[in-house]
Amino acid sequence: MSTATAEVDMVEKKAEPLFSKKNKKLITNPLDIDNPITVQILGVCSALAVTTQMKPAFVMSIGLMVVTASSNVVISMMRNSIPSRIRIIVQLAIVSLWVILVDQILKAYVYDVSKQLSVFVGLIITNCIVMGRLEAFAMGNKPWPSFLDGIGNGLGYGIILMMVAFVRELFGGGSLFGFKVFESMGVHYTGNGLLLLPAGACILVGIIIWVQRTLNGHRETH
Amino acid sequence: MENLVNIGIRSIFIDNMIFAYFLGMCSFLAISKKVKTAIGLGVAVVFVIGITVPINWLIQNRVLVPGSLAWLGDDFKNIDLGFLQFIIFISVIAAITQLTEMAVEKFSPALYGTLGIFLPLIAVNCSVLGAALFMVGRPYNLTEATVFGLGSGIGWMLAIVALAGVREKMKYSNVPAPLRGLGITFILVGLMSLGFLSFLGFSL
Repeated sequence: MSTATAEVDMVEKKAEPLFSKKNKKLITNPLDIDNPITVQILGVCSALAVTTQMKPAFVMSIGLMVVTASSNVVISMMRNSIPSRIRIIVQLAIVSLWVILVDQILKAYVYDVSKQLSVFVGLIITNCIVMGRLEAFAMGNKPWPSFLDGIGNGLGYGIILMMVAFVRELFGGGSLFGFKVFESMGVHYTGNGLLLLPAGACILVGIIIWVQRTLNGHRETH
Repeated sequence: MENLVNIGIRSIFIDNMIFAYFLGMCSFLAISKKVKTAIGLGVAVVFVIGITVPINWLIQNRVLVPGSLAWLGDDFKNIDLGFLQFIIFISVIAAITQLTEMAVEKFSPALYGTLGIFLPLIAVNCSVLGAALFMVGRPYNLTEATVFGLGSGIGWMLAIVALAGVREKMKYSNVPAPLRGLGITFILVGLMSLGFLSFLGFSL
């Protein structure tokens, strides 16, 4: 699942400022060169499934960011007392507690979006970003860097989600956040159905990866 | 009987876990480089989904749904444990995965070696939890749920083996350098998903 690049070795020094250079990197790296979706190949499932419209994609990104950051913090605080043999179950239990919270909050305040996301809120539990970051980062680092790492990866995930959702909703349905863009400009636009299909999302992500790798020079052998 | 065959075919071809819902993409993309390992992982996933979906069905309908605890006595009639759904489902899945891991380690050490870290990670394969959650949303009985679980697993296996087959051949083609690896794989999955659309509307 994880082709995660070697982790930044976080040897903490005393009295390190809260936003030291190293800590800032934790937020900015996942946005591009260490992006969870396009580089680490984590959390692809939901990225493709919830992106037919901007609104659910946005809510999903926020939800994932909250869950990743908070479970990173909790696991990081417990990291020295978790026996390594049963760590997956411990991690799953903690993640699912946070997901239950997020799910209940969504149901209470944005019920329509929660219905639209259906099983995918629950599937944050098995979202590989959460588990991947817990395994690769939170198990070996202090709570504060882990928190930043969670936020950073949540943002990196969110950026890709918003890009895909932007193209899919604009050209597939002719609207943005439910606002009919083309009609308000007085242009008649027939949505491109292909973009709304699962296949459209896959090809779109492929193209985003292509563009990103052309720009940053990341290469992969076969 | 016809109904069961229908559910089976639907879950394998039309509502394919990968091509229609994108569930279980992570290991799908990571383990699909060789056909042999793809088959091994596929079989393990079929096994885990096939067992966990019926177990979760029983838990859902005998424990979690409001009023389903009536078999414990009148006092329990009004209890609604629905909010525990996620955590209970995922615990069942994690436990069954652990069992599968031990069984594979004992009976086929070679396969255990090739699957490596991805065996325990079946627990976080979205398609397993996804199948359980879809099952809840549909009015299946126990037999139907079992068939649905097995079908979803077989559909997932079919997808990963097919992709692995294509990727093995990809070695011989000249893909633009930035597109190599992940990029072209995504586009491939998109095209395969288009192909699977041709099953749409197919029923017995």
